[in-house]
Amino acid sequence: MTATAPRRPLALPTSWVRGVVGVLVMFGFVELLTRAELVSADYLPPASSLVGESFGLLDDGNFWSAVGTTLWASFYGLVRAILIAVPVGLLLGLSKRAYRAAIVVVELLRPIPSVALIPLAILQFGLGTPMKAFLATYACLWPLLFNTIYGMKEMDEVGVDTARAFGLGGFRRALRVNLPAASPFIFTGVKIASSVALIVVIAAEIVAGGGGGLGVEIGSARLSGNVKLSYAYTLVTGVIGILLYIVLEALERRLFGWNRIGQADGR
Amino acid sequence: MTARERLGDVVLKAAVLVGVIAVWWFLANRSTSPYYPSPGDVLPTVWNDWLTDTAAWTDSIIPSVVRIAYGFFLAAAGSIALGMAIGRSRVLSELLEPSIHFLRAIPPPALLGVSLVVFGIGDVQKVALIAFGVAPPILLNTIDGARSVEELQLETAQAYRISRWDRIVRVIFPAAAPKVFAGLRVSISLAVILMVISELVAAPDGVGSRINGAARDFDYVDLWAGLVVLALLGIVLNALLTVVERSTLRWRQP
Repeated sequence: MTATAPRRPLALPTSWVRGVVGVLVMFGFVELLTRAELVSADYLPPASSLVGESFGLLDDGNFWSAVGTTLWASFYGLVRAILIAVPVGLLLGLSKRAYRAAIVVVELLRPIPSVALIPLAILQFGLGTPMKAFLATYACLWPLLFNTIYGMKEMDEVGVDTARAFGLGGFRRALRVNLPAASPFIFTGVKIASSVALIVVIAAEIVAGGGGGLGVEIGSARLSGNVKLSYAYTLVTGVIGILLYIVLEALERRLFGWNRIGQADGR
Repeated sequence: MTARERLGDVVLKAAVLVGVIAVWWFLANRSTSPYYPSPGDVLPTVWNDWLTDTAAWTDSIIPSVVRIAYGFFLAAAGSIALGMAIGRSRVLSELLEPSIHFLRAIPPPALLGVSLVVFGIGDVQKVALIAFGVAPPILLNTIDGARSVEELQLETAQAYRISRWDRIVRVIFPAAAPKVFAGLRVSISLAVILMVISELVAAPDGVGSRINGAARDFDYVDLWAGLVVLALLGIVLNALLTVVERSTLRWRQP
């Protein structure tokens, strides 16, 4: 698949330039605040030193193993949530009665903030990956479930009726017609859930304070009073969030380029 | 839905609810694990030691709600004002949006370390964490909403020489309001999450702090009761927002 040409070729460069200018102005502003000693470097270190500190992290093997631990727990939790939520969502999207019955349970469980389960999960699973993955799975269930159900509702009735006319039975119809048609919506759910998983895993690591991961590093930088390192970890976590987003967007374009509705959620 | 169908719906939902509690009861009573107490212990604790207990309100529920309220309102006021400006100004949006998208990409709990370093462990830190954490969804939705105002409406307002301020309040804001509320809805759940995590890490009071204490003391009944209370809090906050949204957006209903 080739990249499509921008619709307004002239508008794009100026917006890029302004975006860069905006970032630079903000950078300069932060730099000035601390260089002019309006804000103590104990609270907000100069922006240039933060960039240096962040790049310094890239040389640190400890940092990479923390990234690996966090991403693996998030990914594991997310995959488990997909395996649970998508079949359940398909079922609830197919049967109105099942939907009405299940929605009670969903509305009871969904308001429980996933991070409130952290103390319980630590007691049950310890500090390691199973604990984080459990919490990520719980938190990811809801966006995945609702996006799957939503996708089933937006279904083109003609497609379903055609499959029925060709004698495709309920189960095979669900697998061959409903699932593909709902898949762009499911992917939107996956995108939302992936950032949710990262949020919950990092939160769990900060509270747990052990067992590895970015949250543990953030917590120990804080406890040792290393202001620069605290900021650097936060910035780097943001970069990871953006990279994740870019990868998923690219994946979406590749997988669902055929679907226009699925792309309408843009910005 | 006919009256008969509606009755059937209510009966079905009530039956499911009773069934869920019955299954929980059955499994908890059979289980030897202390982590999963029976609803026969948890639900009375919710009522006696939380909802009808003065100390639970003054030491846990009210401090938590106050933190959420401050953080949420600060974030909403700032984000809606800034979002309207960015949404209506192309230059501003091109200058600021890349930075905003970067800030949004930081998972809010990752701000916890910095917020503790900068603000200490007091209420200011918790309010600041909630405010910064919940701002991006409101901001991005407001930008989107303010951008979607119909040009014809704006031009009409201008032709009638309606003042800039009135144009903002009476034309642009109402047009952006549905989107703004979508952002607020995402943010209110996020506010509860950030409240809990900030109280789990370091807090003298609040629901999160009490849950943490219960876990430390192996008081699983109180721990579960705290989870139920948080769920109730989430439901109440959502309901309040729905009420405000309905009354604000009443003009949209046919």
